[in-house]
Amino acid sequence: MFDTDLSHKALEIRKKTLEIIGKLGVGHIGGSLSVVELLTVLYYKRMKIDPLNPGMEGRDWFVLSKGHAGPALYCVLADLGFFPEEWLLTLNTGGTNLPSHCDRVRTPGIDMSTGSLGQGLSATVGITLAQRIDGHDNWVYVCIGDGESQEGQNWEAAMTAAHYKTDRLIAFTDFNKMQIDGLTEDVMGIEKIEDKWASFNWHVQRIDGHNMVAIDDAIEIAQGVSGRPHMIILDTIKGKGAAFAEGNPGNHNMVFDIKTAREAIDALDAKSGEAI
Amino acid sequence: MDMRDVYTETLMELADKDDRIVLLEADLMNATGTRPFKAAYPDRFFDVGVSEADMVGVAAGLSAAGKIPFAASFGCFASRRVYDQFFLSANYAQLNVNLVGTDPGITALFNGGTHMTFEDAGIMRNIPQLRVLEPSDEVSLRKLLPQIAHWPRSVYLRLHRKGGWSFYSEDETFEIGKGKLIREGSDITLASFGMVMLQETLKAADLLEKKGIHADVIDVLTLKPLDRELVLASARKTGLIVSCENHNIYNGLGSAVAEVLAEDGVPARLRRIGCQDKFGEVGKIDYLMETFGLTAAHIVDTAEALIGMKKTA
Repeated sequence: MFDTDLSHKALEIRKKTLEIIGKLGVGHIGGSLSVVELLTVLYYKRMKIDPLNPGMEGRDWFVLSKGHAGPALYCVLADLGFFPEEWLLTLNTGGTNLPSHCDRVRTPGIDMSTGSLGQGLSATVGITLAQRIDGHDNWVYVCIGDGESQEGQNWEAAMTAAHYKTDRLIAFTDFNKMQIDGLTEDVMGIEKIEDKWASFNWHVQRIDGHNMVAIDDAIEIAQGVSGRPHMIILDTIKGKGAAFAEGNPGNHNMVFDIKTAREAIDALDAKSGEAI
Repeated sequence: MDMRDVYTETLMELADKDDRIVLLEADLMNATGTRPFKAAYPDRFFDVGVSEADMVGVAAGLSAAGKIPFAASFGCFASRRVYDQFFLSANYAQLNVNLVGTDPGITALFNGGTHMTFEDAGIMRNIPQLRVLEPSDEVSLRKLLPQIAHWPRSVYLRLHRKGGWSFYSEDETFEIGKGKLIREGSDITLASFGMVMLQETLKAADLLEKKGIHADVIDVLTLKPLDRELVLASARKTGLIVSCENHNIYNGLGSAVAEVLAEDGVPARLRRIGCQDKFGEVGKIDYLMETFGLTAAHIVDTAEALIGMKKTA
């Protein structure tokens, strides 16, 4: 049940993300598609949220520190009813509430403005500390990118999170192996990434980031470990599910039209039909 | 009392009434003098170690979740070091992060050029809608801090740390965005920003008075938004204005005054007392005042030169 329903939801989100960026003609497709399974598990299974009351006291929080993956998150938020579905087709057009990078002021359901890489984790630590002061037992989630992990501020925040034992903070690294200038390990290697976080006194797991059962299980395990913040490294594929994007070194911010998007969507539908 | 003690004492009074008040430090708790706050409110005080960028980001997160954070460091770090974090995580995100840059300008003393921030207020002026303040005495600091805390958006507070004085009476009222005309004359306007310069500017006004020159003295208090009407009304009256700042003449008070004068078409001549586009250096206060041209004598000379130009014009 879990697998079938959530798989269907992930497929919808992936297709919608392709459609809205394809309609616009350009966008951060690679890093949007690599986090679809994570967003699906968080928003459709794990998070305590209310689309009609995005600021609900004691809710769970999610900071998309790799703010350029906003389009995938917007598809989730629209589907859940945080804002009208029609907004999705305004992505990155003048006056939109859905800009390229996440904006807490403009978009209902966005918990933090991000886009200058490296800043989301610090904010997440602050949110977690505030929840502790207020005595909430909610969870605060954050997703950073693999290229983003090269930003020094992450490691400042890593120390602060561990020092203050923010065990209600669960972070994910979308390790899709690619960044703008090439393969992450060629541009500025971050391996062994799990050892880095472990040495900063974080509780660390590493899993297949496209396997939703594995993501859900890892969250369950993290929630059972107290005294340390949690990092779940997601091994993912940049551009996952779209043949024109997967493995394409230019898939960070890509120009493609709606026809290309529709072909990818059709291929996803065909594959999903085969699976059933 | 030291301005830093006014800062801590006032925030403790605020914190007692408002449990949203939280403090952050980056290994300068003893310099800022906030240890008593930590002792009184240990759950609302966070020292993040030497990581100012993280401090501002954590403060932004605390604000996003409903707290009212004050985060302090030396002004050089609280501006240059954290500009992008303060810009995006705090200001673009429309959060209430109160960032405190201590030891403005020459008050960095023996920390010297690496720490002597003549540029912090200037770069902060470029952040949209940010309020930039430097209280000029203990009373203005005490009275402005509650307003800063409850202003719904971010503020950059330039804080003189060691030493203090009470210029204003305890019943004086203050408002973010409003300056004070603290002395009235008719011949020239002296506009001052911050504690060091207000003391020198008042001395200069006394010296000028002895020479028969009557000066308007304005204590700006808020650099951004500048109290435009106050400055323009005085400039229209006197036709001559000297800006006095413990900051580079670029992008600080002198620039702000020039902008409003030019935009309004007020025919007033302006001269700018301040750091003349130089890097800081180590020294005692008297040496630094002299070296960077910030003394009452410098202000008097500049004012007299302006008056001389007016007479010959």
